[in-house]
Amino acid sequence: MSPFDALRVAARAILANGLRSVLTTLGMVIGVGSVIVLIAVGQGAQKGVQDQIRGLGQDLLFIKPAQTSGAAPGQGGAAGPAGGGQTLTKADADALAAANLPGVAGVAAQQTQDNIQLISGATNQAVTIVATTPAYPTVRSMAVSDGRFINDDEVTRKSLSIVLGASLAQTLFPEGSAVGQSLRMTFFGRVNLTFTVVGVMAPKGGSGGGTADDYAYIPLPTLQARLGGPRNTTGDVFVNQVNVQMAPGADQAAVKAAITDTLMQRRTTVTTPNFSLQTQDDLLGAAGDVSRTLSILLGSIAGISLVVGGIGVMNIMLVSVTERTREIGIRRAVGARGKDIILQFVTEALALCVGGGLLGIAIGVGIAVGLDGREVGSQTMATVIQPWSIGVAFAVAAGIGALSGSYPAYRASRLDPITALRNE
Amino acid sequence: MSLEINRGEFLAIMGTSGSGKSTMMNIIGCLDRPTAGHYYFEGHDVGRMSDDQQALLRSREFGFIFQQFNLLPRMSAIEQVELPLVYQSKGGRRKRAKEALAMVGLGNRMTHKPTMLSGGQQQRVAIARALVVNPRVILADEPTGALDTRTSEEVMEILEGLVRERGITVILVTHEQDVANYADRIIRMRDGKIVEDAVHRHGEHHARAVTA
Repeated sequence: MSPFDALRVAARAILANGLRSVLTTLGMVIGVGSVIVLIAVGQGAQKGVQDQIRGLGQDLLFIKPAQTSGAAPGQGGAAGPAGGGQTLTKADADALAAANLPGVAGVAAQQTQDNIQLISGATNQAVTIVATTPAYPTVRSMAVSDGRFINDDEVTRKSLSIVLGASLAQTLFPEGSAVGQSLRMTFFGRVNLTFTVVGVMAPKGGSGGGTADDYAYIPLPTLQARLGGPRNTTGDVFVNQVNVQMAPGADQAAVKAAITDTLMQRRTTVTTPNFSLQTQDDLLGAAGDVSRTLSILLGSIAGISLVVGGIGVMNIMLVSVTERTREIGIRRAVGARGKDIILQFVTEALALCVGGGLLGIAIGVGIAVGLDGREVGSQTMATVIQPWSIGVAFAVAAGIGALSGSYPAYRASRLDPITALRNE
Repeated sequence: MSLEINRGEFLAIMGTSGSGKSTMMNIIGCLDRPTAGHYYFEGHDVGRMSDDQQALLRSREFGFIFQQFNLLPRMSAIEQVELPLVYQSKGGRRKRAKEALAMVGLGNRMTHKPTMLSGGQQQRVAIARALVVNPRVILADEPTGALDTRTSEEVMEILEGLVRERGITVILVTHEQDVANYADRIIRMRDGKIVEDAVHRHGEHHARAVTA
């Protein structure tokens, strides 16, 4: 029997049991479709995170506090929040800037504070405040679109000046320029301060909530002096991040070593660094690991549904062989060899799975494209369709078809022609 | 027991059910293997052939006709007749199938499915299906068992014509004497043994000694 004849016989058998074929195929459709959609969602999430990390700026290095077992009470102060620790100060950042290390282009310390209320007229907005120094926009590759950023004078005077992110400015001052306007700031009702807006940042974009466009920026010492931000016994203010702008093409490992040396020289009570250094590459790698795991997890779940679909196909093929015993006997009597019977039933299972696979690809790609850019809750869905996921899902569907068809086909081929003919 | 069948013979095997006539038929048609002894077809020991070789021999040299017609539901007459050629992967299938259908007088029923054909017509489709491979032997297992007298006669006349005009060997299993009377030679079986082997021509009936 030629493959073409086998295909014709398969098509006829599939069409003869229309509803059953559709239901059987549905398993494969859902399996293949979900593999494509879930992998696209996983990859979309990965791309979103990568974009966010890249959006932080070019050639960035972050220094963050880290608890060490050797942290002395005087250095560490009171126990910090989990995962944080107060081991990094503005003085550390100033020392780094003063050291003029090779490969370091700029240094900006920052202390971030959540849950600050900004009130302008009737608008009351909970925001994240970044208390920082004038170098911040340069270090983080950000631009001011209106007014100016915080200056050295305001840092020295701990003044009540504030710079707003682009969308935050839009929210608080929908009409006219925000620069020169004043707004009230409260922090769990503890303080009630009036700030003057000195500048508005250019939009930076990024997906999801909590992007730089929603932040507000104030002088670093203002947070300590006016909002009760953390400082140590000598009055030096704690920061939860020091941003270092590296020179383009700098040897990142050498820069890390030089920074560690400089900071360790300032530390007398600990022998191991009580801070951690992370470059953008480190973050990308870590985020990549997380999203790879996510993709594998999602892919596996979808893979399971493919296998379940395959079991459905095998089940139906076994039923079909039993039902068609007499047909098999007739075919054997008119000259079909065992392998012709195998070809017939494998082709049928393959046709079901490949048909389901193609439909699944169409539906999966359709859903993935439809989801892209759609708002789900507060998040914007991003999907990236991976061509390999289409190939893999299709190949697996075809493989399952061949596999789940071969055992029933083998059983069919082993039927004794005489017994099969007697079967009513 | 020993049985020799010559080319172009019209042979009827008779016997009650359980007498072994169907088993004999299945062995002759390469559907079954002898548990002991040998079966030679054209000098080849069929019992020693592989399944595939048997299937090949079966598809090239034998045509089968069954009591229950054994047509595939949902297939048109022309497709039924083409089926053996599908397994031989030969060209010109449609043309040969048309010729075979015309030979049994169904040239005008080619697209009919089994449910749209009478019993006699269905059996004629089955004969065309057996004929289409140009077999040397046609094996008919109770071909008239499900047919009335008049249609039975039609079917038997077609089979007789195959022997007389095309030199095909026809081996017929039946328990109806009227049907067996079309044959040139009648073998009677009982309990797996041949008890009578008679030449039968034009109403004559010559019993021959049987070595069983």
